[in-house]
Amino acid sequence: MSEYILELKGITKIFPGVKALNNVQFQLKPGEVHALMGENGAGKSTFIKVITGVHKAEEGEMFLNGQKVDFKGPRDAQAAGIAAVYQHPTSYPHLTVAENIFMGHEIIKNHMIQWKAMNTEANKLLKELNADFDATAEMGALSVAQQQMVEIAKALSTNAKIIILDEPTAALTKSESEELYRIVDKLKAEGVSIIFISHRFEDMYRLASRITVFRDSQYIGTYDVDGITNADLIKAMVGREISDLFPKPEVKLGKEMLRVEGLSRTGYFKDVSFSVRAGEIVGLTGLVGAGRTEVVESICGITTPDSGKVYLEGQEMHIKQPSEAMEKGIILLPEDRQKEGLIMSWGLGRNVTLPTISKYAKNGFNDEKTERELSKNLLEEVDTKAVDIFQPASSLSGGNQQKVVVAKALSQEMKVVIMDEPTKGVDVGAKAEIYAIMGDLAQKGYAIILISSEMPEILGMSDRIIVMCNGRKTGELSREEATQEKILELAMEKGQSGKGAK
Amino acid sequence: MEKKSIMKKITGSREALLLVVLILLCAAVSLRSPSFLSVQSIMEMLKNNAVTMIMSLGMLCVMLVGGIDISIMSTLAFAGMSVGMLLKYGHVSSTLLCFLIAMGIGIICGFLVGLVISRAAVPPIIATMGFMYIYRALAYLVGNSEWAGADALGSFKDFALGSILGLNNVIWVTIICYVIFFFFMKWTRTGRKIYAVGSNPSAAEVSGINVKNIKLLVYSIMGFLGGLGGALAVSIYASAQPNMQYGKEMDVIAACVIGGVSMSGGRGTVIGALLGSLILSVIAKALPIIGFESIYQNTIKGVIILVVVVVNVVMQRASDKNNLKGREM
Repeated sequence: MSEYILELKGITKIFPGVKALNNVQFQLKPGEVHALMGENGAGKSTFIKVITGVHKAEEGEMFLNGQKVDFKGPRDAQAAGIAAVYQHPTSYPHLTVAENIFMGHEIIKNHMIQWKAMNTEANKLLKELNADFDATAEMGALSVAQQQMVEIAKALSTNAKIIILDEPTAALTKSESEELYRIVDKLKAEGVSIIFISHRFEDMYRLASRITVFRDSQYIGTYDVDGITNADLIKAMVGREISDLFPKPEVKLGKEMLRVEGLSRTGYFKDVSFSVRAGEIVGLTGLVGAGRTEVVESICGITTPDSGKVYLEGQEMHIKQPSEAMEKGIILLPEDRQKEGLIMSWGLGRNVTLPTISKYAKNGFNDEKTERELSKNLLEEVDTKAVDIFQPASSLSGGNQQKVVVAKALSQEMKVVIMDEPTKGVDVGAKAEIYAIMGDLAQKGYAIILISSEMPEILGMSDRIIVMCNGRKTGELSREEATQEKILELAMEKGQSGKGAK
Repeated sequence: MEKKSIMKKITGSREALLLVVLILLCAAVSLRSPSFLSVQSIMEMLKNNAVTMIMSLGMLCVMLVGGIDISIMSTLAFAGMSVGMLLKYGHVSSTLLCFLIAMGIGIICGFLVGLVISRAAVPPIIATMGFMYIYRALAYLVGNSEWAGADALGSFKDFALGSILGLNNVIWVTIICYVIFFFFMKWTRTGRKIYAVGSNPSAAEVSGINVKNIKLLVYSIMGFLGGLGGALAVSIYASAQPNMQYGKEMDVIAACVIGGVSMSGGRGTVIGALLGSLILSVIAKALPIIGFESIYQNTIKGVIILVVVVVNVVMQRASDKNNLKGREM
């Protein structure tokens, strides 16, 4: 028999264009709670999906109780006694709680689903978890915390020997987390082995005995909880050298352009305040799901905030629609270029002049000639490697597409430019060019908000850094005082509910 | 607590709401024309709408997985014409065999639709639009510019005239279909898998459900019911024509929409489909009685569908917002 109930060796998983996991390893002892930690995109969730058979690894071996196993699909993993509670509840919102729990292993007699037995059984599980809802409730009507509980009940219902919890406490309040700890302790006492992914240090100290850290798709190390300090752990998670060069120009800051005060939207973010000055690049960062994108969407009128004020150049604004925001001079360059940023089948020229099309129209007809010249100039300004303004946007690389999006923003009289993950899915060369354009824009006096999960980018480009965690602003750092460690510390949840910004 | 939940169940259930609408509708019409609620008139109505009612069951399955099928009436015509021609030229005479042939053709048609949608990932509306033309054309080809009238059909048309225990055969078929589907959708694993795929396809994939095969299945079921509908329609109207039930697929979809089946999948019940198609049938029968001309009938049908859908969206939004309030930060 092996010392480990589960062991993975040399796992490599490749998605088109990215190595999501690069030769990682992992060992789980029987009956232990093992924390898996790392930044966004470190490969934790992909790794979990390899264990549960959802993804098939290109290389590597997996051993269960010392026996080599090869899961063809999620079903095999389930049968082997591995259950996972995913980060985003993978539930069926239209079905009842009982059905969600027993999906795939319903209680069957004579080919008929036994609803009564299933409801009773489900209620028994829910009672064990101290849940305050009935098994016949509709899943979609439950809160996220309650849905999470259903997911755990689901894992319990399969009598799993290994349970994987992917950020189970992310959506839970303090008391709900306490409840979860109790459940995990109980499972541990029953001899279940648990893999635990979390961004909360408290979770880890409270529950785990060992920690494995991943960084940039690679295995960094496994540590005993008692043998490692907070600071060392953070260093293990972010300890990369920042070697990239960021062409951040020194810009003399102008007057305040945008100010946000106490902006809140139920369920997404609460009481967020910050300001941006002309020529300033403000980095907005935090872990995925912290509410960064949601905040800027509310500023631009894509969604309506419930309370709070937005000022542009000292004037309070009431923006109801994105077009109004653009008229006033605020533009959002969305994260998903393919979906929201460009019309892929159109030529570059038309894409660039789309927001201003009516300005150049004569008697209601488009003025093609002016449009063409204008778009050509703008595209040259951002140095797109496209010769032809009629070339469809879909034919460009990600980096060049991003530049076209920027050109589109420049076609209007803009004051505030908000960029959401501008370098996502872009190669290194194009990244540098986008940074250069960003610096250029700052020099021209635009106020820029940069949303990014990439630490080097945030540190390299921002004058000021705002960190968000779980819908709240948890801190603001100047360029001088910001370090990877400080940012991560603010972005990760502490035990107490957020420190809040002053 | 208990009382509240029962009240909530009644007011919260779309089926209960639809039932109230149906009853009010019937009451209003019978005030104007007392003969409307006579047994004979109701039987007549059920018989005449049997095809739509049966096919809404298939559409329910298709819409539950987030799909749509507008080829069904072409499948119906193809199956119906095939049977009609076989009878006309005396190749078959057994009524049972005719039904089996029609259902067999239906299954094959539906299976092909399902293959294209599930394996080639063609959007359902496009795929079924293509098949709509193909199967309708096949119905004309089979007929070879002929059609089968009452004389040609022989004893086959007697099926729709006969009755067992005082209930017309066609109504029996409808009832049997509904009973089978009621059990299938609620008490079998496969039925629940259809719901699961529609509610959250990626979660279904993760829990080991073969999403593609479920999609293939629902279009095959739809085809099967289309074939059955074809045989029934030939028998009920005592004629097989290539243009039969032309444009009626929208009635089937409308019945489901009124019955609370969500276009985006996951939500909808057999009872809902039944009530939806009954409401549609009552409206179609009632409007002429009340004195509306046929041109207004479609307008009113349209208004009802829009009202139902808008109310649906508004209610959904309110409950979503309510759920979000539970999130703490």
